[in-house]
Amino acid sequence: MAGVAGGGGGGGGNDFQWCFSQVKGAIDEDVAEADIISTVEFNYSGDLLATGDKGGRVVIFQREQENKSRPHSRGEYNVYSTFQSHEPEFDYLKSLEIEEKINKIRWLPQQNAAHFLLSTNDKTIKLWKISERDKRAEGYNLKDEDGRLRDPFRITSLRVPILKPMDLMVEASPRRIFANAHTYHINSISVNSDHETYLSADDLRINLWHLEITDRSFNIVDIKPANMEELTEVITAAEFHPHHCNVFVYSSSKGTIRLCDMRSSALCDRHSKFFEEPEDPSSRSFFSEIISSISDVKFSHSGRYMMTRDYLSVKVWDLNMENRPVETYQVHEYLRSKLCSLYENDCIFDKFECCWNGSDSAIMTGSYNNFFRMFDRNTRRDITLEASRESSKPRAILKPRKVCTGGKRKKDEISVDSLDFNKKILHTAWHPTENIIAVAATNNLYIFQDKIN
Amino acid sequence: MSAESPESASAEEQKEMEDKVISPEKVEEAKLKARYPHLGQKPGGSDFLRKRLQKGQKYFDSGDYNMAKAKMKNKQLPTAAPDKTEVTGDHIPTPQDLPQRKPSLVASKLAG
Repeated sequence: MAGVAGGGGGGGGNDFQWCFSQVKGAIDEDVAEADIISTVEFNYSGDLLATGDKGGRVVIFQREQENKSRPHSRGEYNVYSTFQSHEPEFDYLKSLEIEEKINKIRWLPQQNAAHFLLSTNDKTIKLWKISERDKRAEGYNLKDEDGRLRDPFRITSLRVPILKPMDLMVEASPRRIFANAHTYHINSISVNSDHETYLSADDLRINLWHLEITDRSFNIVDIKPANMEELTEVITAAEFHPHHCNVFVYSSSKGTIRLCDMRSSALCDRHSKFFEEPEDPSSRSFFSEIISSISDVKFSHSGRYMMTRDYLSVKVWDLNMENRPVETYQVHEYLRSKLCSLYENDCIFDKFECCWNGSDSAIMTGSYNNFFRMFDRNTRRDITLEASRESSKPRAILKPRKVCTGGKRKKDEISVDSLDFNKKILHTAWHPTENIIAVAATNNLYIFQDKIN
Repeated sequence: MSAESPESASAEEQKEMEDKVISPEKVEEAKLKARYPHLGQKPGGSDFLRKRLQKGQKYFDSGDYNMAKAKMKNKQLPTAAPDKTEVTGDHIPTPQDLPQRKPSLVASKLAG
């Protein structure tokens, strides 16, 4: 029953167990397309949790201060702000619809009282400022409390307006709009450790922006071939190194990762490092390339490793070793014998994300049937858990789940053929320092915490 | 068949044995090829990727898009073969081809 731990102080994690904390979203059987969550991200302190959905909306949750009268629950996450980030648009030149779906949200490190985040759809990145207002000025001379102008001839005395407390109001306003720099669909954004620049990546190009400048961006990677007939791979994800502001990586649909150094040249078409696991040519099949396509790449917090997610596995790479990953974890190997049907129903193209815990000792990724998987890198233990309304009593311990791959199905196991492939967990996030995780299950957001207080 | 040295003969035997144990992936590949015999040899090639590059619902023109948005009924449009993978511009879409436009923007249920 031991779970998989990680996070700030805790070491071993033998007595570690995950418990249900909260679930957000409607219980509707009929899920509206717009309500499907498309990205989840904690901010640097973990106090704020942002979600984006297919309807272009962002909802930000804030962790409540811990309550002494309820010592068992760590601060709960409650709605802090919500706004419409992107709206549907029409590309007149190509007669194509531009979806408002939020592909990624990335927080900026906090520098003053306000919070900033970048949100992007397929074509446009926006910098949003979220600020609090808890004071209001009263006692103006020229207008009354309703805001109506007072008759100046009626004013006989002068007064100084006083600041009075008001109910907290959280406002979100778009401060920058970074548009028209991507011909193809943006799949990633990543804020640089210099806190001044960020990159945006689409299928064929990566651009570098300055957060203050919206009318220019530098193209740093361009893999578009002169003849589109020669196209063999696309960029699937990109991220800046957490400490070295000149280094970034990008992954491809062929299962390779390139690390680039912006000091070596302005256009980083030539990589500094090329990570690829050698493939056994005799095991190659029609599906090989499709399932090797990397759907997510994430640096460890330490900056020494990076993790990639392909269709069936998660791999940890040491940046110093290009020829193979140092660790490989099977997420749902039983799907290998279902690839034909997964190709037919398009599930084989699902893009799962992955994440590290704060201390880089554990990793998490999603699967089908609302299952998600965690791997402890030290103990090599793994666990499968489920995000479901059935195990959603407060502080209920999550029971490990098991998929039966053939032969006799034990009680409580589920067979591969009974898995619901419409219930996919593509997006998960781990609190930067504590054992709190956010799991997006279609239109619901689950928050789980560890049992130890 | 020319005479072979003992080592290569046993290596051949071993390969034959290995071929008999077919990976689940190859079984799936065989299934797929049986269902779709015309599937191209190189799945990761241009066609596949180009379809990926052109994501999103294609409309005949902006008027088409706006009408779809407003959910208006289009009458007397000539029907055409509804092959969704083809680029529009070859035919005028019918109401059946147009996607359902969402209702006016409402707040997220996560915030409810």
